[in-house]
Amino acid sequence: MFKILKAEQLNKDVTRMVIEAPEIAKRIKPGQFIMLRIDERGERVPLTMNDCDPEAGTVTIVFQAVGATTMRLATMHEGQYLQDFVGPLGNPTELDGVARACIIGGGLGTAIAYPQAKWLHEHGAQVDVITGFRTADLIMLQDEIEAVSKSQFVVTDDGSNGHRGLVTQVLAKQIEAGANYDLVVAIGPVIMMQKVSELTKPHGIKTWVSMNPLMIDGTGMCGVCRVKVGDQYLHACVDGPDFDGHLVDFADALRRGVQYREPEQYARDLAAHKLASEGRSCGGGKEIHEQQPLRRKAG
Amino acid sequence: MPCVYKVNKDNEKVVMPELDPETRSHNFCEVALGYNEEQAQQEARRCIQCPKKPCMSGCPVGVPIPQFIEQVALGNFAQAYELVHRANTLPAVCGRACPQETQCEGKCTRGRKGQPVGIGRLERFVADWATAHPDQVMCQDAQDPQAEAATQSSDASLTESEDLDGYRVAVVGSGPASLTCAGELAQRGCDVSVFEALHETGGVLTYGIPEFRLPKTLVAQEIHKLEDVGVEFKTDVVVGKLYDIDELMDECGFDAVFVGTGAGLPSYLGIEGEGANGVMVANELLTRVNLMKAYQFPRFDTPVYAGKHCVVVGGGNVAMDAARTARRLGAEVTLVYRRGLEQMPARAEEIHHAVQEGIQLQLLTNPVCILVDDDGWIDGVECVSMQLSEPDESGRQSVVEVPDSNFVIDADMMVIAVGSKTNPLIAKTTPGLEVTSRNLMVVDEETCATSKPGVYAGGDAVSGAATVILAMGAGKRAAAGIADYLKMKQAS
Ligand SMILES: Cc1cc2nc3c(=O)[nH]c(=O)nc-3n(C[C@H](O)[C@H](O)[C@H](O)COP(=O)(O)OP(=O)(O)OC[C@H]3O[C@@H](n4cnc5c(N)ncnc54)[C@H](O)[C@@H]3O)c2cc1C
Ligand SMILES: Cc1cc2nc3c(=O)[nH]c(=O)nc-3n(C[C@H](O)[C@H](O)[C@H](O)COP(=O)(O)OP(=O)(O)OC[C@H]3O[C@@H](n4cnc5c(N)ncnc54)[C@H](O)[C@@H]3O)c2cc1C
Ligand code: SF4
Ligand code: SF4
Ligand code: FES
Repeated sequence: MFKILKAEQLNKDVTRMVIEAPEIAKRIKPGQFIMLRIDERGERVPLTMNDCDPEAGTVTIVFQAVGATTMRLATMHEGQYLQDFVGPLGNPTELDGVARACIIGGGLGTAIAYPQAKWLHEHGAQVDVITGFRTADLIMLQDEIEAVSKSQFVVTDDGSNGHRGLVTQVLAKQIEAGANYDLVVAIGPVIMMQKVSELTKPHGIKTWVSMNPLMIDGTGMCGVCRVKVGDQYLHACVDGPDFDGHLVDFADALRRGVQYREPEQYARDLAAHKLASEGRSCGGGKEIHEQQPLRRKAG
Repeated sequence: MPCVYKVNKDNEKVVMPELDPETRSHNFCEVALGYNEEQAQQEARRCIQCPKKPCMSGCPVGVPIPQFIEQVALGNFAQAYELVHRANTLPAVCGRACPQETQCEGKCTRGRKGQPVGIGRLERFVADWATAHPDQVMCQDAQDPQAEAATQSSDASLTESEDLDGYRVAVVGSGPASLTCAGELAQRGCDVSVFEALHETGGVLTYGIPEFRLPKTLVAQEIHKLEDVGVEFKTDVVVGKLYDIDELMDECGFDAVFVGTGAGLPSYLGIEGEGANGVMVANELLTRVNLMKAYQFPRFDTPVYAGKHCVVVGGGNVAMDAARTARRLGAEVTLVYRRGLEQMPARAEEIHHAVQEGIQLQLLTNPVCILVDDDGWIDGVECVSMQLSEPDESGRQSVVEVPDSNFVIDADMMVIAVGSKTNPLIAKTTPGLEVTSRNLMVVDEETCATSKPGVYAGGDAVSGAATVILAMGAGKRAAAGIADYLKMKQAS
């Protein structure tokens, strides 16, 4: 069992949690992830390390409540325990030898990209960070990023923070202005990672994207986390989760990502219903009807 | 050895009760229900107590088959159990899962004319009987000097118990190889810790072989027995990620390590369309269903997709389990295998059960391409017919495609079960550990010692995908190898 030491909302959908996991804290590196299970019946859910403190023996995760598990997790608090917490999984992001980097976070991806920015900063690289959010209310981790970056750019889809735009527009400007990046790390929605990769490709800038396919075991066994990279499928849990953005087939990733949309939606509604009946809010969820979602083909 | 009971001359095995195929193809309850005492005695009396015991030469761990069967025939079930258990620590599992037709029963004299003695079923019976009568097993053992004497030969390790007091051994993985090795070493006084990557112990017994063939409570019982003798289980530890082998030996202070990490990586067909939605490897289907209990979704959180018509590719136990699982999730299932029925590596009983449950066998057929619809979902499987070639000098027949025989099987789900490979993680993170080009660990046959001092390995990680009983045999040899190594260490 793994103790939750701290839980706080970063915005209405996103929670930051500090978990007591001393052995993992000693070893986990930027880009690696953990898998957790809330309880005996829970799913194994992959979440990226947002921060860690080897001395205090803690690992920090940041997650968005998108489905049954993350919604339930969001209602848990300090002092409670998680059934399982496995890691470090996946490979650390290759950051050695980088002098000028641009780290790009889309929405929640900001939290996942933060450790890379921090590591590069601590290892003498000059780091620019570009983050994009739907609206100003969702902006997070500005202070943390400020501390590890030379310049920080925050844009919103609706312009509510005074800077309307997309992360790719900022990146294009920076490149044009001669920023001369030798690495771009883009983490966020698939479409954003795709657009960033398309932008950096003609400039020949090495681009890492962090893929988040469905996963079950996280040890290379089940094959559900396949990502098409170049002309082959690789297992994101053991070969990734970071891949060369210029080689990833993003359309394929989007398509594979929806395989379980129907049962996920069903489980989400069920969880919302249950949490609401326990008087715990978690945002949303439709009426539940008795359906057996197993046989349905999504899409 | 003269028979002390009246031989049952019936040429067929006593029928074992099973759930009827229609009912069971909609649930996950165990299919074969096992003998009752009377049926077991009746079946045991089919054994003619051959002086040369040919059956025993077919058992990789040397279960004293005629002796235990004699005890069953006489109604001395506790003694029968003791005899079996000395040679095989997981009889409830092996009685259900061993490919008996190629092992013990394949060598049985009675099989020459009619069916062999149901050795596996009897082994299962005594194991289940012992579980149901725990007190009787204990006292029988202590009271009956004759049974003791009969087992002495197969039991050198127990008499030496405690001789390895205080040594610490790390066991990586918790499949049958690891469980056997851990049990043997714990009995000899070692302080054993088992590290398992998943959240459940048992390896393939837990995540691979389905509930309807091997109830998970049985596996849990075996693990509890090991806990009772002091083995410590640590789940959620991926060795090579959280600790590597060197750290286990240097920093964590283990005197020796056993690696029983299995062969869990899936193989693919490498044909077009394999990335389509609705196409999965057997490991995905089986882990969702067995490990994550997806067949109980939404009571358990993990869902599983099941189509209307599922094509399963392969002919081994894994393919059979995948097919029968898909069937239970509600799909019509066609199993496609490139060779003929005789060449199918799956246990005969599983093939028989699968057919009973309505699974279509499409033999001498090979998939060449997966058809994909506009949404990226599988829409069908294009296959080609195969034929067996003339046997070569060694008598082996290969299969070749029949030209222009392509046809399409309609499908909205496909499960690939064409073998598995070893996870390279341990090899990559352990300097000095010799592996083959296929990442199989290279070991000394007799002791299971790897190229790295103090590190032993066995089971599927060494042999590639094999069987439960072979993995157990390796675990046992490794335990003996480790014991010798530790004693040498002690002496020096
Ligand atoms: C290596 C890896 C690292 C990850 N790191 C993080 C992290 O640090 N923080 C975090 O919040 N999430 C992260 N994710 C995604 C996270 O694992 C999923 O959001 C989570 O599994 C959802 O589980 P659930 O049961 O709550 O929802 P599900 O029932 O699984 O999903 C509910 C709905 O959300 C959609 N969905 C699932 N994942 C995402 C996603 N990533 N983005 C948008 N929609 C999604 C599904 O398609 C579905 O419609 C990571 C994924 C991977 C593979
Ligand atoms: C679906 C299926 C059906 C089968 N049916 C039969 C049958 O009917 N009869 C039969 O005899 N055999 C059968 N087999 C084969 C048999 O199960 C295997 O040969 C046997 O389980 C191998 O045992 P093992 O101990 O070597 O490894 P496994 O049982 O594979 O166990 C290995 C364990 O190690 C863990 N592990 C791996 N890497 C690490 C790591 N780095 N750190 C920590 N832990 C790790 C894994 O998670 C796993 O739990 C079947 C196999 C499958 C997949
Ligand atoms: S362990 Fe397997 S091979 Fe040996 S007697 Fe039992 S069923 Fe037969
Ligand atoms: S070969 Fe068959 S009949 Fe002969 S002793 Fe063995 S089990 Fe009995
Ligand atoms: S999550 Fe199962 S193989 Fe990657």
